[in-house]
Amino acid sequence: MTRSPVPADDAPASPSSAGRPEGTVVLGEADISRALTRIAHEILERNRGAADVLLLGIPTRGVPLAQRLARRIAEVEPQADPATLVGRLDVTMYRDDLRNNPTRTIGRTDVPAGGIDGKVVVLVDDVLYSGRTIRAALDAIVDLGRPRAVQLACLVDRGHRELPIRPDFVGKNLPTATDERVLVRLAETDRDNADCVVIAGGAR
Amino acid sequence: MRHLLSTQDISRDEAVRILDTAAQMAATQGREIKKLPTLRGRTVVNLFYEDSTRTRISFETAAKRLSADVINFSAKGSSVSKGESLKDTALTLQAMGADAVVCRHQASGAPHLLANAGWLDAAVVNAGDGMHQHPTQALLDAFTMRRHLATYLAGGAARPDDDVADGTDLAGLRVAIVGDVLHSRVARSNVHLLATLGAHVTLVAPPTLLPVGVQTWPCDVSFDLDATLRDVAPDAIMMLRVQRERMSGSGSGGGAFFPNPLEYTRKYGLDPRRLATLAPHAIVMHPGPMNRGLEISAEAADSPRSVIVEQVGNGVAVRMAVLYLLLSGDNSEGTTL
Repeated sequence: MTRSPVPADDAPASPSSAGRPEGTVVLGEADISRALTRIAHEILERNRGAADVLLLGIPTRGVPLAQRLARRIAEVEPQADPATLVGRLDVTMYRDDLRNNPTRTIGRTDVPAGGIDGKVVVLVDDVLYSGRTIRAALDAIVDLGRPRAVQLACLVDRGHRELPIRPDFVGKNLPTATDERVLVRLAETDRDNADCVVIAGGAR
Repeated sequence: MRHLLSTQDISRDEAVRILDTAAQMAATQGREIKKLPTLRGRTVVNLFYEDSTRTRISFETAAKRLSADVINFSAKGSSVSKGESLKDTALTLQAMGADAVVCRHQASGAPHLLANAGWLDAAVVNAGDGMHQHPTQALLDAFTMRRHLATYLAGGAARPDDDVADGTDLAGLRVAIVGDVLHSRVARSNVHLLATLGAHVTLVAPPTLLPVGVQTWPCDVSFDLDATLRDVAPDAIMMLRVQRERMSGSGSGGGAFFPNPLEYTRKYGLDPRRLATLAPHAIVMHPGPMNRGLEISAEAADSPRSVIVEQVGNGVAVRMAVLYLLLSGDNSEGTTL
C-alpha cells in the first residue's frame, strides 16, 4: 500500500476520480505488464517452480497485482492452479499508525484452503515506501501460520525505508523525494483508469 | 461518533460499516490464533452496576481478543456499595486512564450521563441501561440476521454467507419481536436499528406488556401471535425473555401483567406447533437468558432454525468491531463510527 505524506493512502491524486491522475507518468500499461511478466519468471526461478509458492496480495492494489502474477505463473507452469496460488492479506489490524489516522476500514483476508504452513509466501504490494506495511504484514503472517520463507514483490520501490526491509522482486526502482506521491492505477481497482504509475506533487 | 449509546443515533451507513467490520472480526475468530494486536496498550473498563453474564464476558472477550487491557468493575463488592456516586466512580476511572468505558446500569440514561457530563474523556459504550437501550445486542441480532438471510434477500436460498452479506442492509426483511416489549431494552434497540436498516418489524405482545407511546415507534404492533405468523410470515422471529424480576408484585402471575404463565405460553410462547408454521428459511432468535417452557419451548430453542447459540458468538465479533471503530483512529476530528 502506498504510504504518502497525505493521510489517505488510496485517495485519488485529483478530485476527478475518472481518467489519468495529474503528474508525470513513469510506467504505462505495457511497462507494468512487462514488469509483472519478469517478476513472475523471477519468482519461478528463485523457488524452482511454483510448487510451494503462495502469493498474498496486500489490499488494495496488491491483490489484483498478485492475481495477475498468478495468471502469468500458471501460463508458464501448467500444473500450478491460479486459484490455490493466490490469496489476500489485510494488514489493517496490525498497523502501527492506527492511532494517528482516521479509522481505517478493515479488509478481507483470504488464504487458500491449504493454509500457509510450510509454503513460500510471496507478499505482493504496489508501492514499497517506509516498509511499515510490510512489517505489519509479517506480523499478520505469524498469526496465520508458519511459512517456510517469506519473500516480497512490489511493482515500485520508491525508497525512503524506515525499517530494515528489502524487496526480493521489484518492478521498477523509482528515486523520489518524500514530498512527492507515487500513485498506482490499475484497471481492476480504479474505474475508468488504464494501468499506470504516476509521480505527482513535489518540486518537479 | 465518539460513543455508542443508542441505536437511534446510528445512521444506515454507520450500521452497515459496523456489521461489515464485525464480519471481518468474526473471520479472524475462526483462526488458531484469535488475538489481534490492534488495541494494544488501550484500557477498557467494564462498569457493571447490574448483573450480567454473557454481555460482560462478551465485552471482556472482545477487548482481550484485540489486546486491550480489561478492568472489570461491578457494583457488588466495590465502593459503590459504600455509597459512591456515579460521578465519583467516573472520575476515578478517568484518573486511571480508561480509554473506553462499557457501562451497564439499572437506570435508563446512565451511560448518556457518563458520556456527556464531562467527567470522562473515554469512549462510552452502552451495555444496557434500565429499560432504554442495549445497542450492541441489537447490532449482533442484525448481524446474525444479515449473515443468515442476505442470500435470501438477494433472491437465493437462505444460507450463511458473509460474502453476499458484505455491504448490504436488511431492506425487505420481515422480523417479528415477541414477548415482554415493555421491559425490554433489546426490543427498543432492535426496532430502531432494524428500521434504519430497512427491515419491517412487527412487535407482538399482550397489551399489558407494551410501553406507552409504542405507536410512535417505526414498527407495527400486534396482540395476536398466530395471526402475525400467518399474515406477516416473518423471516426472523425473536422471542423476548419475560422479565419476571422487573415485574412488581408477587404470585405465580408475576405481578399483574398476565394472568398466569401457562396462559402466556399458550398465547405468546413459541411452541412446536407455531414453530412448524414458520417459513422454511425463517430463523429463531432469543437474546438470552431463556425461560424454557415460558416464552420459548425446548423444541424451538434446540431446533436447527435456532441461531441462539450463534448469537452469543456473533456478540464477540460485533463488540470487537464497536471497540475497534471507537478506539482506533485519531478521535480528535471525530471519527465516523
